Amino acid sequence: MSERVDVDRRGFLKCMAWTGTGLLWSVSGGVLSSRLIGAGAAEAAESPGAPATFSFAQISDTHIGFKGEANRDALATFEAAVARIRALDPKPAFLIHTGDITHTQKAGSFDIAREGLRSAGVERTFYVPGEHDVYADGGAEYLERFATGRPGRGWQSFDYGGVHFVGLVNVLTYKAGGLGNLGAEQLEWLERDVAGLASSTPIVVFAHVPLWAVYPQWGWVTDDAAQALAYLRRFGSVTVLNGHIHQIMQKVEGNVTFHTARSTAFPQPAPGAAPSPGPMKVPAETLRDVLGIREVTYAPGRDRLAVVDASLA
Amino acid sequence: MSASRRMLAAIVAMAVLLPTSGNVARAQDAGARIEIKAHGFGVPELTVPLGTTVTWINHDDDPHTVTSTANVFRSPGLDTDETWAYTFTRPGTYEYFCTLHPLMTGKVIVRSGS
Repeated sequence: MSERVDVDRRGFLKCMAWTGTGLLWSVSGGVLSSRLIGAGAAEAAESPGAPATFSFAQISDTHIGFKGEANRDALATFEAAVARIRALDPKPAFLIHTGDITHTQKAGSFDIAREGLRSAGVERTFYVPGEHDVYADGGAEYLERFATGRPGRGWQSFDYGGVHFVGLVNVLTYKAGGLGNLGAEQLEWLERDVAGLASSTPIVVFAHVPLWAVYPQWGWVTDDAAQALAYLRRFGSVTVLNGHIHQIMQKVEGNVTFHTARSTAFPQPAPGAAPSPGPMKVPAETLRDVLGIREVTYAPGRDRLAVVDASLA
Repeated sequence: MSASRRMLAAIVAMAVLLPTSGNVARAQDAGARIEIKAHGFGVPELTVPLGTTVTWINHDDDPHTVTSTANVFRSPGLDTDETWAYTFTRPGTYEYFCTLHPLMTGKVIVRSGS
């Protein structure tokens, strides 16, 4: 059943990609589903308006400080993304940033991101780091700014509106030849974190590097993600939101749906479509079609969270 | 051993152990150069004589690092067109990788004698 729904969604997403419009994701009774963003209140009719319905937004790979050919003004597109979030109706309960906040950890970059997102009119932003946020200092600045008081090395969980959210960190243990990695300590924490939850609790996991093998040849994978997913298998609805690859991809595995998000700074090639990953130059007039933000909406009693991606076009 | 001798020994040990990171000034002119392009080190395995300064230059739009797996040296993030150099003053095999893209790996083999 859910498989079929998802196929429909995939078709829908593809359709949106063609028109360059975006989608909004919503959490409905646990599983994500999608609807078109941009038509505004028209889609709101889709949700029954139950008081416990809420949405949140995802922004990813803002790469503050990027000045490459693929986008000479990544600050302008970041601001456009913030404006998109500010304009969301209904207002998202909170924001998640799935990493690569900065491009090269240059002084002031974290501040630009944080101040920018504060101006989005959303009460709170939950961050997870990307490798660009931690590579220069092993994560010291990131952890001090964004993760004080969190367990381990910055991982986190919280509950909102009946949904359990888990923010995982999979970029702090990069080794030569290695891949995204969660590590034993974080995995043990995750096992304990979800142990007491009813299997009917909708779970949303967010992390930078995809938790499914998008394209291991380019490092687009977390090598010990299977263990994390094993702890989540008993739940009826698990939604995994990632960044890192700067494009929308999705996959369904049992009750788990995986979604990668667009960047606000630059696109990357489709897996294997270029000799290497990295910033991809597209014609200037189409750049904003491939950048974007995401909104996710949860409505109790629904089977799926609605996940809608909006481009910056 | 007196305190001052111990101190001297410590200083000598430090001088030997401390890497001459980022040191271009002492480069022999026969220094080697490694181009970083399309998420790869242009010469993944390079053999050089002792004392050679190797310079890495990043041609990608993505930043990269040159980071020794054994913590012998560690470049800062190299943005587009930035360079970083390291002078190898001890023979041996030095494996390194990019901390942003750990699938990018390379090796410098330093032969004793010149």
